[in-house]
Amino acid sequence: MAIDQELKIEMGKQGVVVTTLQELYNWGRKSSVWPMQFGLACCAIEMIATTMARYDLARFGAEVFRPSPRQADLMIISGTVTKKMAPQVVRLYNQMGEPRYVIAMGACAISGGPFKQGYNVLKGIDRYIPVDVHIPGCPPRPEALLQAFITLQNKIQAQPLTGPNRPRHLDAEAQGEFPVPVQGEHDLEPTSNPGVWTVPVVIR
Amino acid sequence: MSFTYFPLVVLFAAALAFGLVPLSLAWTWARFFSPRKPNAVKNSIYECGLVSKGDAWVRFRSAYYLYAIIFLIFDVEAVFLMPFAVAFTGLSMAACAAMLVFVLLLVEGLAWAWAKGILTWA
Repeated sequence: MAIDQELKIEMGKQGVVVTTLQELYNWGRKSSVWPMQFGLACCAIEMIATTMARYDLARFGAEVFRPSPRQADLMIISGTVTKKMAPQVVRLYNQMGEPRYVIAMGACAISGGPFKQGYNVLKGIDRYIPVDVHIPGCPPRPEALLQAFITLQNKIQAQPLTGPNRPRHLDAEAQGEFPVPVQGEHDLEPTSNPGVWTVPVVIR
Repeated sequence: MSFTYFPLVVLFAAALAFGLVPLSLAWTWARFFSPRKPNAVKNSIYECGLVSKGDAWVRFRSAYYLYAIIFLIFDVEAVFLMPFAVAFTGLSMAACAAMLVFVLLLVEGLAWAWAKGILTWA
């Protein structure tokens, strides 16, 4: 049930706190997002800097970088995803517990970046797994990662627990396993996951 | 009389509960409320992104027993020599002799290993 926001603020001024179960649940979820300890390339250095004292990701409840996908909620794709590495990334994503989120950090992770024309670089990790927040930059500064993290927190906070847009872990029908690509003769097979990403149509 | 140790029993029960209650709460929560979405990849044992190859139950060659013996000679010797050296001035003749016999036994093992050519790395 929705609360009238003005009424809520007014009551807050009088010392009466009103909330809903959904808000409490989402507040708990967004305040304890544990990223996976997983660095791919140069962006990982910025990610490490973000967790350290100067930028202090711990302020947002995300200081525990878990070395196991079983304990992680957030995968930060920090850097170039080569075609050699992409199956491992997708497999790790599959092994994370629900609900799981992905931040694609930097130009390489979102599109291949400066190596887009390379034969061995995946042109964006969103071809295989759903990405929640993209951060441009080469590499993005720690502030950009913080911004992405806050964006993700806002997204989690706004997620309704019922209805068609509910988080995937509450939806028994939602897809849990994303197909892991295999190394083909010339490219990864399949070259993208059609359930996640549609091949853009080039209009000339 | 019989109530002398009663506080200890209470403390023991409290200590057990302190450990077991959070565990059982976590278990109950996971059992009844946590959403489950298993898949084949998630249920695999190895979790470093790679597919595991082969078996974890590899056989070691029995020839490694020689290294175990050598390790025992030096390690156990060091453990016993340290208190021996510390208490040396206060030791009786018999204790000294016993220690020397022990050291000689180990040295014999070393000599045997040496003669067998184990100390020469291939």
